[in-house]
Amino acid sequence: MSDNIIEAKALSKTFGSFTAVTDLSFSIQQGDVYGFLGQNGAGKSTTIRMLLGLIYPDAGEVYIKGQLFNNRSRHLLQHIGAIIERPNMYLYLTGWDNLKMFARLSGKPIKEQRLHEVLEIVGLKGREQDKVKAYSQGMKQRLGIAIALVHNPDLLILDEPTNGLDPQGIAEMRLLIQSLSRDHGKTILISSHLLYEIEQIATRMIILHRGKKVVEGAVGQLLDPAETLMKVDILPDDSIGVKLNSSEWNRHIHEMSAAKLVFKMHPSQMPALNNWLVAQGAQVLQIRSSHSLEAYFLSLTNEADVKAGTV
Amino acid sequence: MLRLELYKIFKKPRTYISFGIVTAFALVIQLALVADGKNFIAFAMQGVSAQFDIGGNVLNGYLVTYIILQSLLVQIPLLIALVAGDVLAGEANMGTLRLLLTKPVSRSKIVLVKFTAAVCYALLLLLWLAVIALGLSILFFGTGDLVNMKSDAFVVLLKDDIMWRYIAAFMFAALAMTTVAALALLLSAFADNSIGPIMGTMGIIVVLMIFSTLDLPIFDVVKQYLFTTHMVGWKGFFDDPVPYDAIRFSAIVLVVYTILFVGTTVFYFRKKDIKS
Repeated sequence: MSDNIIEAKALSKTFGSFTAVTDLSFSIQQGDVYGFLGQNGAGKSTTIRMLLGLIYPDAGEVYIKGQLFNNRSRHLLQHIGAIIERPNMYLYLTGWDNLKMFARLSGKPIKEQRLHEVLEIVGLKGREQDKVKAYSQGMKQRLGIAIALVHNPDLLILDEPTNGLDPQGIAEMRLLIQSLSRDHGKTILISSHLLYEIEQIATRMIILHRGKKVVEGAVGQLLDPAETLMKVDILPDDSIGVKLNSSEWNRHIHEMSAAKLVFKMHPSQMPALNNWLVAQGAQVLQIRSSHSLEAYFLSLTNEADVKAGTV
Repeated sequence: MLRLELYKIFKKPRTYISFGIVTAFALVIQLALVADGKNFIAFAMQGVSAQFDIGGNVLNGYLVTYIILQSLLVQIPLLIALVAGDVLAGEANMGTLRLLLTKPVSRSKIVLVKFTAAVCYALLLLLWLAVIALGLSILFFGTGDLVNMKSDAFVVLLKDDIMWRYIAAFMFAALAMTTVAALALLLSAFADNSIGPIMGTMGIIVVLMIFSTLDLPIFDVVKQYLFTTHMVGWKGFFDDPVPYDAIRFSAIVLVVYTILFVGTTVFYFRKKDIKS
C-alpha cells in the first residue's frame, strides 16, 4: 500500500477564460512537510480547494489515503484538517464554542480533554472563553490551527497561514508548525508565497507557476549546496575573463562580465577561488552567496516564462 | 448538527431584532386600539350599522388579533428572510462556509439542516406572535364574538367557535412561512452576502403579491399558481363555512413550491464551487 496521504492526479480547473490550474499531479507522503510555493495567482489556493472538495476540478482526480475523493466520499475529509486563507470563524461566539462546534462536525467522537489539549498546543489556553471578535489576527490563526487539529487528522493543510501576521506572529507560527511536525508527527501541506517561510519549514516542495508545476522534490535535493550561486564583484578587468576560461574554474562559471562573475559551486570552494582571483590580479570587492530558495524560484519561474513566451 | 445551527442562529443578536419588531408592532396596535378603539370600530362598521344592530364586545381580543395578523402580512416574511437569507450567504460572507465544507458532512445535509433551522426560527417567531398578539389582546380586550369585516360582507363567528380557527390559521401561516424560508434559502445559495437574498426575497414576494391582488383578467390564470396568492390562505379559517377545498389547494401549492425551492437549492449547492 502506498504511503501517500493525498494524491492529485492531472488536476485542471478553468474559471471562464482563465485557466487556474493545468494538468497538475503531485503526492504528499506520511511525515512530509510539503511546501506549496507560487506567486499570488499561481493556482495554490485553487488546488488546495480542489483537494478539499470546495472546488470541483474540470479534469483529474484526488485520492485521500488511496481512495477516490468526491461528493460521495466526503467522509475521507476526516483524515484532513485545514485552514483556507484567512482563519474565519464565528466572531460572535467564543473560541471554545467555535472549537467545540467544529469538533462535533469532524466525524470523530472527541472528548473535552482533547479540546483543552489542542488549545494548549496552539497557546490559546486561558483565552478560550473570549469572543473571537476580540482575538488578534495571530490568535485567530492559532484557533484556526486548533480547529484543524482537534480531530487528530493525518494531514494538516495550511493555506497561507502567516497571512496578515506581524513579524513576531510569523516567527511564532513557524515555530508552531515545526513543532506540529516534529513533536506531534503531523504531515503538513503548507502553501505560501513567502519563499523564506517554506525554506525554513518544508522537507519537500512543489513550485507552481501560472497553474502549472515547475518542479517538485525534496528541498535538500532541489537546493543542492553544490548548485549555490556565488556572486563576485570585482573592479572592471577584462583579462580576468580570459584567464578564467583557461583555468580549472571554467566549469563553474555561470555568468561573466568585466565587473561581475557568477559561479555555480559549493560554498566551501570559495576561499580557494578567492585566492586564485587575487593571485591573478583581480581586485575583489564583494562576494555574495545567493543560494536561497528565492534565487532558485526566480530562476525557475523566469525560465518557465521564457519557455511559454510570456516575457 | 441541527442543534449547532440553532445555536448559531440564536447566538446572533440580529435574530432577536425580529422578536422585538413583532412585539413592538403588536403592542403599538394594541395600545392604539385601547386608546381609540371605539372610534375605529364605529368607522369600520359605518357601512353596516344602518342595516344591522351589532351589540356586545365587538372590540375584543379576537378581533384585535385578526387586525394585527392582517397588518403583519408583509413584515413577517421580511423577518423570516432576514434569517433564512443569511444561513448560506452569511456564512459565505464571513468565510466560515469554506471551513464548514472542509468537514466530512455532505453538502445536501448542510442545506437541509440549515433549512430546518430556518424553519424552526420561523415557527418560533410565529409562536411568539401568537403569544403576543392573541395572548395580550385577550388580556387587554377580553373575548367575544369575532366580526370579520370583508370588503363585500361581514362574518360573525361565535366566541366559542374561534380558538380552533386561530390554531389552524397559525399552522397554515407556518406552512406559508416555510415556503418563504425556502425561497430565501434558495437565493442565499446563489449569493456571497446576505443583503441580496434578503432584498431578493422581499422583492419577489412584494411583486408577486401585487400580481396576486390585481383584479386584472390577464393575471387570473397565472395568479392561482403563485405562492403569494396562497400565503393568505389562513384567512379562510375565518369564513363561514370554512372553504376547506380552497385551503387544501393553497396548502398543496405552498408545499410544491417549498419542495421546488429546497430541491433546487440542494441541486445547485452540491455543484457550487466555493470561491468565497
